[in-house]
Amino acid sequence: MLGSFRRNTRFQISAGILLVVLVFAIVGPFLPGRGNPDALPGKLFDPPSWRLWLGTDNFGHDVLTQLMYGTRSSLVIGVVAGAVATLIGVVIGTLAGFRGGLVDDVLSGITNVVLAIPAFVILIVLSDALSNRNIFTMAVVIGVTSWPWTARAVRAQSTSLRVREHVDVARLSGAGTARLILLEVLPYMASYVSMAFVLQLAAAILAEAALSLLGLGPSNVVSLGIMLHWALLWESVRNGAWWAFVPPTLLLTVISFSLLMLQTSLNEVFNPRLRTSGAGRRRAMQPALGMGPVAAPVGAGIAPTEADVAPGARP
Amino acid sequence: MQTFRRYVLGKVAWYLLVLVVAVIANWYLPRLIPGNPVDIIISQLGGNATGEQAKHIYEVYVHEFGLDKPLWEQFLVYMGNLLHGDLGTSFAYPGTPVWTLIAQSLPWTIALQVPAILIGWLVGNALGALAAYRGGWFDRGAFLSSLFISSMPYYCLAILLLFGLAIAVPLFPASGGYSFANTPELSSDFLLDALGHYWLPFLSLVVVFIGGQAVGMRSMAIYELGADYVNYGRSLGIGDGRIVRYVFRNAALPQVTGLAISLGTLVGGALITEIVFNYPGVGSVLFGAIRQNDYPVISGVTLIIVVALVVANFVVDIAIGFIDPRIRAAQSGER
Repeated sequence: MLGSFRRNTRFQISAGILLVVLVFAIVGPFLPGRGNPDALPGKLFDPPSWRLWLGTDNFGHDVLTQLMYGTRSSLVIGVVAGAVATLIGVVIGTLAGFRGGLVDDVLSGITNVVLAIPAFVILIVLSDALSNRNIFTMAVVIGVTSWPWTARAVRAQSTSLRVREHVDVARLSGAGTARLILLEVLPYMASYVSMAFVLQLAAAILAEAALSLLGLGPSNVVSLGIMLHWALLWESVRNGAWWAFVPPTLLLTVISFSLLMLQTSLNEVFNPRLRTSGAGRRRAMQPALGMGPVAAPVGAGIAPTEADVAPGARP
Repeated sequence: MQTFRRYVLGKVAWYLLVLVVAVIANWYLPRLIPGNPVDIIISQLGGNATGEQAKHIYEVYVHEFGLDKPLWEQFLVYMGNLLHGDLGTSFAYPGTPVWTLIAQSLPWTIALQVPAILIGWLVGNALGALAAYRGGWFDRGAFLSSLFISSMPYYCLAILLLFGLAIAVPLFPASGGYSFANTPELSSDFLLDALGHYWLPFLSLVVVFIGGQAVGMRSMAIYELGADYVNYGRSLGIGDGRIVRYVFRNAALPQVTGLAISLGTLVGGALITEIVFNYPGVGSVLFGAIRQNDYPVISGVTLIIVVALVVANFVVDIAIGFIDPRIRAAQSGER
């Protein structure tokens, strides 16, 4: 297993990029002279110079410092929202799939209704109604609106796991439902759930950016989307102040691309049949039916597709 | 035909339920949070109104929005108005019905999105199928660039294109749907002007769409190329052209779903593109409404987005049931 992580170039590249981004966001704010994101070392759209490597934004903030703090908030929102969405999705999906019957009907019904309503709209409505938004309320709102496709995919997995032999053996030896789910079902879905989490993480970062761009971002904090919001509002693009909008744009693209690549590489590591090349590969790319969102997160820019979430374990 | 009717009726019931839940959520969620829009309007008036005036304005607004009635009555009034096509009146432009604002902007959004989606779908699928079939370097190049573009947030590409092709190299106009000097009318002059402003937003949407479709089509086509019927056909000596036709037809089925869903998201799918380019579509209306706390307009726009998507999903389900007999049979429990 560890060996296949090491052999996978996609994994190495994407994990490397993400590590650099992470260090930039965590260590950056502690560097000398970067302690205060609200400091105003310059004026409106000062171009990059020796003192301010990426110039200043419309308020006179140092863009590089803003970028560090912005990346940090975007990552925090992504991780919290991704965790909330994955947690809700796994709980509902496992319960529905494992219990079956009426529980399944009700939970699947709820999932499908929520899935059919565009999450981005609910996000707009909810964020608009919250007049005081901070990073965590934003993250929870994003997480609460994006769990359904994880739930649906997890349900499919646990339905098939329920009838496996090792679960039957455990059941015959007297294990209760909670024990069965915790010890016999969840461990088998761990690889799968971790991939779903990476996708949720990417989607949440982009959802935050899209909301912030619309002007519904967290108050009193800077994030990559908020940087873009001000850059657009102050016409930095049309004034040629590229340093105000190109860095956050590129950073968002790099984060989103490397997260998706990380997910693909995890899939290859966990699912050996995807790793073969040529004719073998053609057989292995079997997409899992019934997964992925019915409605792509509108405006979020990426949608976890069916092929992204090929199942790690099949009966 | 009997099973198809049962299938359609089932779907109608299901989507009606979804629609009702969506409309209720769109109406109820903002009310869940403490404080009401009127407080915010009053606080925005700030020092301009004296205590007495503010109180009067407050009462007028509370009465106009029916906030003094019990919740269930508010909902019935809302639904009644909705059925008459009445979405309320804008706060920011007093006297202007929300529906008028949306009706003015909707054609711009549709004219921008529908061609981008259709052309992106055709080109992207052709590219994906070709990449899967040809393999080798062509596949690798097409796949990686498609993957990169499709994982890029669509508004990021829009911002970079705007800077690159309108500011750094001024090939296209940088802002709006038409020049300031022009007024919207049906003349060749205006249409040419609008076309000049059209290219850049169109390009930014179509490129992202081609990327996404190509990635999806490639993986579907690769799967189909390994299917038994392909191997069997090859061993019978059937020509490649014919096999590719079969493969394309089978692989395109999920892509058709994707196409219809994209058409459903067209109202909400490019909100930020319009903001980036100052394009006079629904996105710009929403952006303005959010900046001015124009609640009726915001909820009108979100309602339109939801309804478009639910209707599109419904049409997809019916169309897919029509095209693919297996789904119909599975749904009505025949297998």
